[in-house]
Amino acid sequence: MSEPARKSMEISDEVAIQISAMNKWYGTFHVLRDINLTVYRGERIVICGPSGSGKSTLIRCINRLEEHQAGTIIVDGTELSSDLKNIDKIRSEVGMVFQHFNLFPHLTILENLTLAPIWVRKTPKKDAEEVAMHYLNKVKIPEQAQKYPGQLSGGQQQRVAIARSLCMKPRIMLFDEPTSALDPEMIKEVLDTMIELAEEGMTMLCVTHEMGFAQAVANRVIFMDQGQVVEQNEPKEFFNNPQSERTKLFLSQILGH
Amino acid sequence: MTDSTASLTYVRAQMLPQSAPPVREAGLFKWVRENLFSSWLNILLTGLSIYVLYLVVWAIFPWLYNAVWRAGSLTECREVLAVRGVPSEVGGACFAVIGDRWLQFIFGFYPPDMYWRPVLAFVLFFVALAPVLFASVPRRLLAFSAVYPFLAIWLIWGGAFWTPLLMMAGFVAGYLGFVAGSRLGGAILGVIGAVVLAMVWWMWVSPTVSNALNRMVGSGRIEQSSVELTALAEQLGPNLTAIEADLAAKDAEIAAVVVEKDAAVADVTAERQRRAEALAAAEAAEEPAPGFDEPLLAGKVAAAEALFDRLAQLRAEANVLAVARFQTQDQITETRTLLAAITALPDLETDLPIMQARARDLQAALPAHVADFATVDAAAAVANQEQAALRTVIEAETAAAAAAVGDQATLMSAAQALRDALPATVAEFATLEEAIAAATKDQAELRTALTAVTEAAAAEKTIGTTYAELGRVGLKPVDSSEIGGFLLAVIIGISGITLSLPLGILLALGRRSNLFIINKVSVGFIEIIRGVPLIVWLFTAQLLLNYFLPKGTNFDLMLRVIIMVTLFSSAYIAEVIRGGLAAVPKGQIEAADAMGLDYWQAMRLIVLPQALKISIPGIVNSFIGLFKDTTLVTFIGMYDPIGLVGTTRASTDWNGVYWELYIFIGLLFFLFCFSMGRYSLFLERKLRRENR
Repeated sequence: MSEPARKSMEISDEVAIQISAMNKWYGTFHVLRDINLTVYRGERIVICGPSGSGKSTLIRCINRLEEHQAGTIIVDGTELSSDLKNIDKIRSEVGMVFQHFNLFPHLTILENLTLAPIWVRKTPKKDAEEVAMHYLNKVKIPEQAQKYPGQLSGGQQQRVAIARSLCMKPRIMLFDEPTSALDPEMIKEVLDTMIELAEEGMTMLCVTHEMGFAQAVANRVIFMDQGQVVEQNEPKEFFNNPQSERTKLFLSQILGH
Repeated sequence: MTDSTASLTYVRAQMLPQSAPPVREAGLFKWVRENLFSSWLNILLTGLSIYVLYLVVWAIFPWLYNAVWRAGSLTECREVLAVRGVPSEVGGACFAVIGDRWLQFIFGFYPPDMYWRPVLAFVLFFVALAPVLFASVPRRLLAFSAVYPFLAIWLIWGGAFWTPLLMMAGFVAGYLGFVAGSRLGGAILGVIGAVVLAMVWWMWVSPTVSNALNRMVGSGRIEQSSVELTALAEQLGPNLTAIEADLAAKDAEIAAVVVEKDAAVADVTAERQRRAEALAAAEAAEEPAPGFDEPLLAGKVAAAEALFDRLAQLRAEANVLAVARFQTQDQITETRTLLAAITALPDLETDLPIMQARARDLQAALPAHVADFATVDAAAAVANQEQAALRTVIEAETAAAAAAVGDQATLMSAAQALRDALPATVAEFATLEEAIAAATKDQAELRTALTAVTEAAAAEKTIGTTYAELGRVGLKPVDSSEIGGFLLAVIIGISGITLSLPLGILLALGRRSNLFIINKVSVGFIEIIRGVPLIVWLFTAQLLLNYFLPKGTNFDLMLRVIIMVTLFSSAYIAEVIRGGLAAVPKGQIEAADAMGLDYWQAMRLIVLPQALKISIPGIVNSFIGLFKDTTLVTFIGMYDPIGLVGTTRASTDWNGVYWELYIFIGLLFFLFCFSMGRYSLFLERKLRRENR
């Protein structure tokens, strides 16, 4: 399969993530099979596919929340191995947003945002708080800084989670079904934040079923099934002219109603 | 059509104000109906409960109400009750025993003139605890909390003021070891470095420095001290005489008051007797009951009770004098011993190198094969055995030679068989005698050498203790065996609680760890400690622990008990915290990981705060259990409150008192445990409010 054309000018030739011949098993179950993927800096990739197809596992491998057993993953020039120093370095460069937000309930919003900068980057507290307020403004909830996560709505919590990742000034952002746990009304506010981020040129890998989002900002859509990349293409081509039967079936099911 | 629309349309013109609910639905009436009399069954159960409550109160209340609070012995308690006219089947509690013994129940056998030390330590405990428990207290006080344990140890056990400082320095050494170790290679090497450096400090550097300081201060003080001590010894003799005179006077006064009291009691008894007789006579004659002069009797009773009061007062004063006498005697002995030691010190110091050299020479002169008594004794035993065997053979041969001709052949062959069975080394008596003599000589030499070593060590120790006594700048030392009562329970309880929490956290993390060995060690530790009764561990601490320690180290029994109680409690705490850890969603750790926090940061900042919050009720529950379990130390001969019940009842004055003491002990324990439970509730509410 040829690499799809990189359409937008923000995308550089610099490789952000290089995954080659990567395999992963859960026990004897072969979850990811021979994954080859090159992500260039500035790319916005949407990964979709039926549940259990390994899309979450794939992006969780990128920051080593899951361990792969064969092949290589190189993030920002650093290869992921069992070397803890490399792992911590990559993790502080790669932001991640989870389906269930995973905010720390015992800390205020501001403390949630400043925790990693203070403890991992050793930023002085005052500077960390300034940065945190900047990103809270950006996701449009600065007034919630002193509240606890439990006092916020789902959409607000997810925006806080995005801001929390951004506070580490990551070069790559991973989104693991960021809108799946949200009410329909709140999905839009989170997607707006993500679109804004995409427009600023952030390298993003996004597991989502929001096809509108894919059409609006993605420069590449990857379709996975049974642990394999089945098809990848520019969004327009992908939606209008899917090649594989499996993709056609999937699209007809999620777009059909 | 217009009509029907009109009937469906409705617009409220005026809003209704709030009105009071019906009487039956509000206030006390509603509460009583709903909670006590909501159905026939509940009415019945309420009635039954009230009846049972009535029975219980009726059985206990008169006993408590008639309680005697001031008396000198159980017999006197009973006399007071008789004087008051309380029927013997009702009886009354004799709480006088608590008034008489409560200082002992609080402090055990701690020297009374130093009570202020544990009291101060206890008061400061709350100062140290405040910043830990309450966020509103200034954070700067936490520094005091960190210093407090050392301060408390020093206050309670006494000693030179540099002892706690040296102890603290051990932690600084440990910290430096950690920093150096982790620079060299990671956290594990850091922990090893910390432990090694701290141990070296505490086992070797700290005693050496302490001894040097003692010697430095002590040698400068010899002259002055001997003058002071001589003066003190001269003064203490007359002091003792004066105290003894006071005591004799007090005893005479008591005897006089006892006579007075007996008369008053007899007076009241006679009055009651007279009345009973008059009543009986009136009844026999079927006349109305005669009127009595009630104020007269009441006056007599009051007079008698006043005498009992006076008696209790006098006894308390006599007790103080008796304690003072005991202490003065003690002080005289101590002063004399120390004076003797000071006098002997120069000679002993001159002799010491000679003694040590002699011990060294004797040891060096020992033949190579003489290592310890076991081998020498074994050699002697072998020689003795061989001699006995040889003797048997010779006796058999002699018997055979003397026997009749017919038997001679068989006896001869039997003797030959015995001789064949002898080891090849055994030839004749002469060599064997030599071997025995050699072994005996070895034994004697070894004994001489070892005695010399022991004597040299004893001399060194005497010099050390003399200097320690002379050179101590600080508090008089108190031995652990003198600590008892609630002081003991509180010391063991609080140390166990503060030490078992961090250990429990580590064990819980270990049990959830993926690292095989750490995991298995934690699991094994928890299961073994938890699966064996505490009392067994306490006996282990008392009897067995010394076998496992290097020779010569003698751990204080109390320290061993604290270690055991801590380990025991930490196993429970670990399981409680493990429950809390399991309740923290996996996503929390993933989020922490994804942000680049390392394991310890993730645990400390994210997981543990949430897990501990969930575990608070369980942790406090364990703490309460631990505190109550301290009473078990009575079985290994420590005088905790329960142990002191035995001591109290062993005295002739209070033989026969049961309930009063146990009620008192139970009440004090309840106060401690109840306040812990209340704090836990406060904390739960506060945390729930903080992060909904």
